[in-house]
Amino acid sequence: MKKFICGNDAVAEGVRLSKPHVISAYPITPQTIAVERLSEMVEDGSLKAEYMHVESEHSALAAAMGVSSVGARAFTATSSQGLLYMAECLPYASGARMPIVMMNANRALATPWNIYGDQMDSMFLLNSGWIQVYVEDAQEALDMMIQAYKIAEHDEVLAPVMVNLDGFVLTHTYELVDIPTHESVDAFLPPINMTKQVMRVEDPKSLCISAGNDFNFEFKIKQEKDLQASRKIINEVDKEFGEAFGRFYNGLIDTYMCDDAEVILVTTGSVTGTARIVVDKLRAENKKVGVLKLRYLRPFPSDEIRDVVKSCSRIGVVDKNISFGYEGTIYTNVNSSLLSMEKAPESINFIGGLGGRDITKNDLEDAFNKLLSQESIEKVHYMNVRCEL
Amino acid sequence: MSRPKVKSWDEPKNVDAYPVGATCDSDHLVSINAGWRSVRPVIDQEKCIMCLRCFLVCPDGVIDKAGDQLVIDYDYCKGCGVCAHECRPKCIEMVKEDK
Repeated sequence: MKKFICGNDAVAEGVRLSKPHVISAYPITPQTIAVERLSEMVEDGSLKAEYMHVESEHSALAAAMGVSSVGARAFTATSSQGLLYMAECLPYASGARMPIVMMNANRALATPWNIYGDQMDSMFLLNSGWIQVYVEDAQEALDMMIQAYKIAEHDEVLAPVMVNLDGFVLTHTYELVDIPTHESVDAFLPPINMTKQVMRVEDPKSLCISAGNDFNFEFKIKQEKDLQASRKIINEVDKEFGEAFGRFYNGLIDTYMCDDAEVILVTTGSVTGTARIVVDKLRAENKKVGVLKLRYLRPFPSDEIRDVVKSCSRIGVVDKNISFGYEGTIYTNVNSSLLSMEKAPESINFIGGLGGRDITKNDLEDAFNKLLSQESIEKVHYMNVRCEL
Repeated sequence: MSRPKVKSWDEPKNVDAYPVGATCDSDHLVSINAGWRSVRPVIDQEKCIMCLRCFLVCPDGVIDKAGDQLVIDYDYCKGCGVCAHECRPKCIEMVKEDK
């Protein structure tokens, strides 16, 4: 059934179809509508779950960990300052290998305080041991809620997943979204069945135990090894999802007109849609341009990036964040992937969209034209700024 | 004694054999833990009136009251001396470990 809904609604619909046992969340703009919808679904009985009104984001994830430790399915959602307030619990959950799914509405960080969209918040937590996926539209948001549980709960993964939606641009924009039936989702996503490290009354466990300098390192290496190996499961789950629902997202990355492209713009999230339109326009002018959409930032799709950009002269990396004192975070990550190439393209960082500023078609067209030109470009370029720098 | 016993544990040869997540069975003791004790409490069983004050105050729960007399588990006693300090009949003496 198709419905005209916003990204937050789509998240709630995806979560309802995934049937979590417990939702523990604290409202924060621009995520609020998602958790409001879920509380309404619990109230009207269409989602049979416990809804925990917790007193903070820190408690929201702590409660979700309790849910996960007894082998039940947990959901939480947050944004921006809330995500950072929750931050202490993120490595706890990933280290304890709890398959929690969280929606994060990408939003700017204070100060200056701002409720609008950029990706400063989730970049902060790239190192938290969570799988990070970035969606392009409301349909992908709904679909990724369902996929996220399947990936997180996979016996060989057992890692929490953060599904990122650009604040307002995705969370509050209305689109036509196809909502699958409960029967089809039930067939794709079976009930959670954790066999490892699950606490039961008859089998009590000590949780989040300490491991000193004698054993801590090996625990972390095991975690890293499994997160690296999750690439295979992510691709498999996406393929299986495509077969079941007719929507295939191409795994860790997606590409648009990249096969013969001379220059490629690397994007995440909603700006990809704008970039696709700009590519269509420039292709009509016989300019060989393409878009590489990074769907996942952890695990990072290094092999996939190298394969797509191998024939390019230049690539641009769009960052909606600044790692102060260096450059855009995604740029750093992409560049490290290029190091092992025999003939790597030159890469340029296009930073924009901070604090909710639009990244327009003109901005992206300008970026493509800069990349296509023979002139040398500054390594880090700020898009659409209102004064001289 | 109802306290959990030390269980033998084989260190994994491969990282894949490590537990998934920092979780283990409760009451899983893999080693004794009393290496830093410099003085040990010794109960004079003749004077002990089984008031159980020491049992209640021991921070490590190493005093067993299951039998006819109190027994201290020296594998886990840290030698803090709280039991001797609190003992009303003064029947617990802290004795230097090298004696």
